[in-house]
Amino acid sequence: MNVTSIVAHPLGRLGVQSLPFWQMLQHPSRMNIINGVIATGAAGILLMGALVTVVLITRFHKWRVLWTEWLTSTDHKKIGIMYVVLAFVMLARALIEAGLMRAQQAFGLGGGFLAPDHFAELFSTHGTIMIFFFAMPFLTGLINYVMPLQIGARDVTFPRLNSISLGLTAAGAMLVMVSLVLGKFSTGGWFGYPPYTESSFSPGEGPDYWIWALILSGWASTFTGINFVVTIWKERCPGMKLLRMPLFTWTALCTSLLMMFAMPPLTVALSQLALDRYLGFHYFTNAAGGNMMHYVNLFWMFGHPEVYILILPSFGIYSEVVSTFSGKMLFGYRAMVLATMTIAILSFSVWLHHFFTMGQNPDINAIFGIASMLIGIPTGVKVYDWMWTMFRGRIRFTVPMVYSLAFIFLFVLGGMSGIMLADPGIDYQVHNSVFLVAHFHNVAVPGVLFGLIAGYHFWFPKAFGFRLNERWGLLSALCWTLGFMLAFFPLYGLGLMGLPRRTVAYSEPAYVPLEVVALVGAVLILVALAALAVQLWVSIRDRDRNRVFVGDPWNGRSLEWSVSAPPPEYNFAVLPQVNDRDAFTSAKEHGSAYQPPDTYIDIELPTHSALGPVIGALGLAAAFALVWHIWWLAILAGLSLLATMILSGFARHTTRMVPAQQVQREQQRWLAVASAAKAVTRREECKPSNAGLAVQEEYEGVAA
Amino acid sequence: MNEPSIRHPGLNLGAAHGADDEAAERVLFGFWLFLMSDAVLFGMVFATYVTSVRATAGGPGPHDLYDLRSVFIETLLLLASSFTFGMASLALKYKHATGKLVGWLVVTLILGASFLGFECHDFITMFAKGGVPSRSGFLSAFFDLVPLHGLHVTAGCLWLLCMVAQIARYGLDRQVKLGIMRLALFWHFLDIVWIGIFSVVYLGGLV
Repeated sequence: MNVTSIVAHPLGRLGVQSLPFWQMLQHPSRMNIINGVIATGAAGILLMGALVTVVLITRFHKWRVLWTEWLTSTDHKKIGIMYVVLAFVMLARALIEAGLMRAQQAFGLGGGFLAPDHFAELFSTHGTIMIFFFAMPFLTGLINYVMPLQIGARDVTFPRLNSISLGLTAAGAMLVMVSLVLGKFSTGGWFGYPPYTESSFSPGEGPDYWIWALILSGWASTFTGINFVVTIWKERCPGMKLLRMPLFTWTALCTSLLMMFAMPPLTVALSQLALDRYLGFHYFTNAAGGNMMHYVNLFWMFGHPEVYILILPSFGIYSEVVSTFSGKMLFGYRAMVLATMTIAILSFSVWLHHFFTMGQNPDINAIFGIASMLIGIPTGVKVYDWMWTMFRGRIRFTVPMVYSLAFIFLFVLGGMSGIMLADPGIDYQVHNSVFLVAHFHNVAVPGVLFGLIAGYHFWFPKAFGFRLNERWGLLSALCWTLGFMLAFFPLYGLGLMGLPRRTVAYSEPAYVPLEVVALVGAVLILVALAALAVQLWVSIRDRDRNRVFVGDPWNGRSLEWSVSAPPPEYNFAVLPQVNDRDAFTSAKEHGSAYQPPDTYIDIELPTHSALGPVIGALGLAAAFALVWHIWWLAILAGLSLLATMILSGFARHTTRMVPAQQVQREQQRWLAVASAAKAVTRREECKPSNAGLAVQEEYEGVAA
Repeated sequence: MNEPSIRHPGLNLGAAHGADDEAAERVLFGFWLFLMSDAVLFGMVFATYVTSVRATAGGPGPHDLYDLRSVFIETLLLLASSFTFGMASLALKYKHATGKLVGWLVVTLILGASFLGFECHDFITMFAKGGVPSRSGFLSAFFDLVPLHGLHVTAGCLWLLCMVAQIARYGLDRQVKLGIMRLALFWHFLDIVWIGIFSVVYLGGLV
């Protein structure tokens, strides 16, 4: 790290050998050529995608708009949308990788076409992306968009911090993307166990890419969690008591608390691994008093609550969707709240079940096994509550509802296999097999992913002012569901037949048929992704026929539906007064919806800020420099980060006023459209005649 | 919302500060949450230390390396700095002369910097005795926990400098007041963590 080495190697260990096609050119064996072509192709697609984006933005002169309206925006709604866009981009990559892995295993009898290290990179990036750069940004984006609207707030409490969180998350995601072009990603799986990820076994840049990407996004999530908890605690509108909050907001609260408390163990584990790798410390090494069990404990003390960070918001989405599309109040609201809280607390007491086989005594395993099974109870309560909500409701099979129904069936199955795995005795038999892979995809895909996509369909009209195409949406939902079942149910069988997870190739012919079925499932899932893309295209093309400016396309129940679609930047012309649970349904029943307020006042909003993108860019530069040992850049970026934070403390005038006249003008324009609009019944919900104004139908289900 | 007597845990600005007091509620609550998260971070590093304390791998252990006299002086310096920061908070709350407030902040800064000086000296002495972090699991854990606290104190000192600079630039406006109040919580929090380090690491190591 001295001056001469900086001068001799200004790019650190970055060199031509870091390019994806270098090895193929140096040693052109058949295997190297196939893997080199795939890696180069992936890098090429990424670079082409980036280039096309840049060209399009330049061509349509959108750079200024992108910077002033989006990247520097501190509006929770725009930040939310940017999170979801990021999540979709990352989802596309992770799904293509999944398809490649399934193809490799389908042809894996005796070899297949992928090199073992390439396959290991694929499962490591797939898992890392799906958890940290698809599910986390997606749920953070949805909470960002929806939660302040649901509690009748104008924004989150710390809008600039919110923008910084987005910048750091995007920096982490970009680092993972850069690893596609320069060098290799980690081969250590999404949880990167040492000692394998120590420099003695993995001296390359791979684990460093993984460490810094996760540290960046981990900080982002910690800040996000704090921000959301303060918002929910302090920004609720008058009358919005805790037990009147919509269930999605409740799940957002629990998830945010988990983020606050579960992210620090990850930060500690990762920075200790980094110290081991960079400075020769001995936390997790084999020699000199290191102990990899420290890492395993720390990682899963984060990792298990993380599972619930991911799934609780989806539970909230299902609750909103099932209640709205059954036309009934949510059954067992208090039980739902209690169950959510119970899951959040229990989630800290089960981490050891991720390593039953790593040497604890049987009593400890038994205690953690029982604790793990206990989580099934509150989750079961939720499933019953959703079913009772539908019972005697007038159910409409819209896209979000179809996802919710698929979820209920499939998630119960996944939960059952989870109860099996919670038994240490069974776990000893099937651990590290694809049975486990089947189990966690069985809860993660229908549980997390279906919920997030249901939420995307549910709130899209609110965010953009027009509904998504139903037909393509249903096709996608069908492909997701069938594709999921075909891709993962065979893995239960393969696991019981003894196929270990992360296997690049095998010699047992009996595996082949089920592997081929799983490949068909993966192809169907890719079709589902394509259908989502087509749906977006078709919906944008037909947007003028599907506008719902009045703002209530689904006869919604909570406050986000009480404003125009898209909502004004200040959300509410006047902060609402809440008197009941399901505040908007209550307002519609009592005739207080769509009423102008007595007076309008000036509204204070946060100004735009370049802080988020600047900190994100500097974080990316610092992380990239550390990955490649470009020390001068790391120091420069680090000092710039420090200077940026110090200077930002000197910023004043961080708010601006929206004048009352403007608020009044916009509100009156909306009210005029609302009073001119024709209210539609639920039969016309998915037709062009639905302008976002709902007829109040007599039928409100049967009170159970 | 009815007028709460206490808007957030800890020293409140009080009604005499009007809208600044009101604004403190959210900001200070947020900072408490940050401290809770930071406490988990320290908790994990403490756990690493406690489970690694015997992993000396034949290298020097606590008895060979710790200098209780120096650590005791550090403790007194840090406790004294918490007291002086408390005086600064009172000066802020009761609107004493700004010079008095700045004076207490500067004294706090000097005490904090002296603490860091002693701590660096400790580390250098340990290095000289072969107590480097790459020597053993125990030393790795030690140099995770104690310098992590030191890093926090360094950040606190920088923050103190920034607050003094902001007072010079803007006087006691709302952001300066809220900044000082958050820094106060941060500073006292580090004091508590240090008491943990003193008891668990130094006293515990020498028992």
